[in-house]
Amino acid sequence: MQKDLIVSIKDLAFGYAERQIHKKINMNFHRGKVVAIMGGSGCGKTTILRLIGGQIKPTSGHVEVDGQIVHEQGRKGIYELRRKMGMLFQHGALFSDLSVFENVAFPIREHTNLSEEIIKDLVLMKLNAVGLRGANQLMPTELSGGMARRVALARAVALDPDIIMYDEPFAGLDPISMGVICDLIRTLNDALGATSIIVTHDVTETFAFADYIYFIADGIVAAEGSPSDLKKSQLPFVKQFVHSQKDGPVPFHYQANDYLQDLRL
Amino acid sequence: MLSFFEKIGGAIRSKITRLGAATRLFFSIISYSSDSFKRFNLTIREIYFTGVLSLVIIVVSAFFVGMVLGLQGYYTLQKYGSSEAIGVLVALALVRELGPVVTALLFAGRAGTAITAEIGLMKATEQLSAMEMMAVSPVARIVAPRFWAGIITMPLLASIFSMVGVLGGYVVAVPLIGVDEGAFWSQMQANVDFNYDIVNGFIKSVVFGIACTIIALFEGYDAPPTAEGVSRATTRTVVTSSLAVLGLDFVLTSFMLTV
Ligand SMILES: Nc1ncnc2c1ncn2[C@@H]1O[C@H](COP(=O)(O)OP(=O)(O)OP(=O)(O)O)[C@@H](O)[C@H]1O
Ligand SMILES: [Mg+2]
Repeated sequence: MQKDLIVSIKDLAFGYAERQIHKKINMNFHRGKVVAIMGGSGCGKTTILRLIGGQIKPTSGHVEVDGQIVHEQGRKGIYELRRKMGMLFQHGALFSDLSVFENVAFPIREHTNLSEEIIKDLVLMKLNAVGLRGANQLMPTELSGGMARRVALARAVALDPDIIMYDEPFAGLDPISMGVICDLIRTLNDALGATSIIVTHDVTETFAFADYIYFIADGIVAAEGSPSDLKKSQLPFVKQFVHSQKDGPVPFHYQANDYLQDLRL
Repeated sequence: MLSFFEKIGGAIRSKITRLGAATRLFFSIISYSSDSFKRFNLTIREIYFTGVLSLVIIVVSAFFVGMVLGLQGYYTLQKYGSSEAIGVLVALALVRELGPVVTALLFAGRAGTAITAEIGLMKATEQLSAMEMMAVSPVARIVAPRFWAGIITMPLLASIFSMVGVLGGYVVAVPLIGVDEGAFWSQMQANVDFNYDIVNGFIKSVVFGIACTIIALFEGYDAPPTAEGVSRATTRTVVTSSLAVLGLDFVLTSFMLTV
């Protein structure tokens, strides 16, 4: 059991300056699974991915990747761990001075000594998977938001990582691309034997294809379980999310003063 | 009253913190430099962007500066009946001072701002984060090549500036005003010393190259990841680099004249 645990988060707490974002998070990610992290906007989902990648350090607790505690690694160790990871950024984060082709080729060129022909084949295969092989000579500025995200996806999996993190892979995609990307995430996951960690808001899609789901609220894991368990859940919080109701325990508003008082009424 | 001192203290502290952060960036560039020398093509690309593309502004400015020096110098020198010394005057002024200093100021405005804006925007659009997540150090891949390109480019640009400036002075002095051509060149040759003038000018431009590039890189790397943050950082690059160049010039000159 312990052997196929690839990422585990233990009693993690994190905050920016005065604002505490995570109070106590515990999560486990097993090899070969597609795990979704859901929660309201600003609850710290992207931050969790950054903590897993070792870009920021937790205030207490730790993240363990492949048996190694991330924040205790030096520069070398962290880079070693990151080579096992691929990450799709929320806004794509394509290199604006490189073409689509070169963006996808970038990690391959940096970390391998493959010949130009092999690189070309690899890149075109990855681009083909996201349906953008024909766009390989375009520059990132010539892409729509959804296209850019698909290129970023191809780049994230260019080196066939063990852990793939997706930050909102579905935002801004049309329903067709969305279905394709869903399938793609599943296929990549199963073909590579990878672990996928998906941050998303998209309830229907996620419930349809994730193996396990974590809900975050107020800095803790508010609910977790397989989609079928969660659908049956009576927790008001989960119900609110699953049925996208405005009122419920998850606040829509960032914490604020009394509204009437702010309007001087 | 207290808050006044608090403000001053806070401002000084933040300046010192930034200076410390810039120094750290400098050392981390140095520690990554072997990587960027192994892949020198990245540096060559940056030499093209910072150096070759700055050539037009450098050559045009140098020509005008040389012509003005020729004119002003002639009118002063001829009062003392030594208008043949015009060649020396133009050459010394350029090689010792104007070449390195004006080149550095132009460099800060042309290449420094471009570096700051580019790196700041890469940071704002998470490109640097993405690179880090791919286990590629942005300092090695992005920052260090630009640093070495700046250091290599600046002395080259400064010497081109001096050469073209001398040519500008020649055009005004010899064909236009009618100073004796032989005297113009021979006096210049006799009075410009290689070790004293040319080497010192070269040292200056290397120091300015380090200062301007590290300032531009740091401002970009440290910029708040927003449009406003990047625009302010770009302005700060020009202001800080210019002041640094002029200040360093005074310090270096005083050392060079006493040694
Ligand atoms: N660099 C930063 N400095 C200070 N606060 C930050 C910083 N980055 C994020 N935050 C705060 O941390 C909180 C969590 O941010 P995060 O990006 O993880 O949210 P998220 O769950 O991914 O939201 P979304 O679904 O909207 O992307 C936010 O409330 C934000 O205000
Ligand atoms: Mg986010």
